[in-house]
Amino acid sequence: MKTILEAHPYLIERESADWPAFNCPQDRLMDCLQSLQEEHGFDFLADLTAIDHFDAQPRFEVVYQLFSTERHEYLRIATPCGGDPDPVCPSVVPLWKTANWHEREAYDMFGIEFSGHPDLRRILMWDGYPYHPLRKEFPLAGKEVEFPDEGLREATGKTVLPAPMMGGPFHASQTGSMAKREPRADDESWNEARDRADIQDEENLPPRELRDKH
Amino acid sequence: MTTTTEYGYNSKVEGEVIVSKADAVINWVRRHSVWPMPMGLACCAIELMAAGGSRFDISRFGMEVMRFSPRQSDCMIVAGTVTYKMAQVVRRIYDQMAEPKWVVAMGACASTGGMYRSYATLQGVDRIVPVDVYISGCPPRPEALLDGMMRLQDKIKTESSTRTLLRNRPVRDLTFQKK
Repeated sequence: MKTILEAHPYLIERESADWPAFNCPQDRLMDCLQSLQEEHGFDFLADLTAIDHFDAQPRFEVVYQLFSTERHEYLRIATPCGGDPDPVCPSVVPLWKTANWHEREAYDMFGIEFSGHPDLRRILMWDGYPYHPLRKEFPLAGKEVEFPDEGLREATGKTVLPAPMMGGPFHASQTGSMAKREPRADDESWNEARDRADIQDEENLPPRELRDKH
Repeated sequence: MTTTTEYGYNSKVEGEVIVSKADAVINWVRRHSVWPMPMGLACCAIELMAAGGSRFDISRFGMEVMRFSPRQSDCMIVAGTVTYKMAQVVRRIYDQMAEPKWVVAMGACASTGGMYRSYATLQGVDRIVPVDVYISGCPPRPEALLDGMMRLQDKIKTESSTRTLLRNRPVRDLTFQKK
């Protein structure tokens, strides 16, 4: 990793729990990635994704997970994307062909415009969908929009509605008894189980197999 | 000396004629030749395939003829999660099926959206097509599917077959072309 830092002094080390990671300014990104691919053997783009920091500036970051199939090493490069609500980032499709669909997904979910991408269309949501669902301000349930297809609109007279959340989102607790660890909604006021004393007391009792002997 | 007694239809007495009601005959035929359109979209489709295998053997009910062409099928089994992007395809295939036609929503996702409470998933296929039978389960076992199909048979039995033949349906111009 020292050789990479020597060759690219503008890289800043980035907090990482596993593999080496660097922040790279966007104007040096293409030089850096091309050099990593050609000179440092990172021949495989394992993943490309984006992060929405919401109230931080710059708001979006694009993250490249590189892998060297010769040395079996991972490397993470992150670059900030200026521009809100229309962030821009150079496309790395000329370097790794696999970036094509990854960048389409990042465009679909976060709205990052990859300049130079050969075919920047939505990949998961339908063409013409007005939002980018993985942005922080977008609710998980979704927003009401028209059905994508005109025939379906006319035949059913329905629209795409926000999904009912029933007290969700759902979380699984990491502590407590097994009975308490199954995923539960934040707001369970709709759930009659909350009022039932036997379920409330479940975690204070000994395990079921020991209980039956008495 | 043993004697044999003939029950039911006796051609010597009744000739070549059976008297019945048109509804009874037509529904009898329809009930025992429900050709499914397997709309397999997720893991429910695996159970649907298992129901077609020898252990569960959906052919006992005359339903083994899975038709992948909507023109040749009677019952669309929506097996799996329907996304909004797929919803238009499900509706188009339903519209392409010839009358009479039925829809079975197999599993939690097809019935209500299931665990996918999200912006991308249709919350129940009954929002876009009329559903005759809902089958619970995630996914339902093949027995549950067979039970649902037998309930569909019971429902067909009670239908007025001639009325669906003569029903004056509004003709919709469904253009599923991209603009």
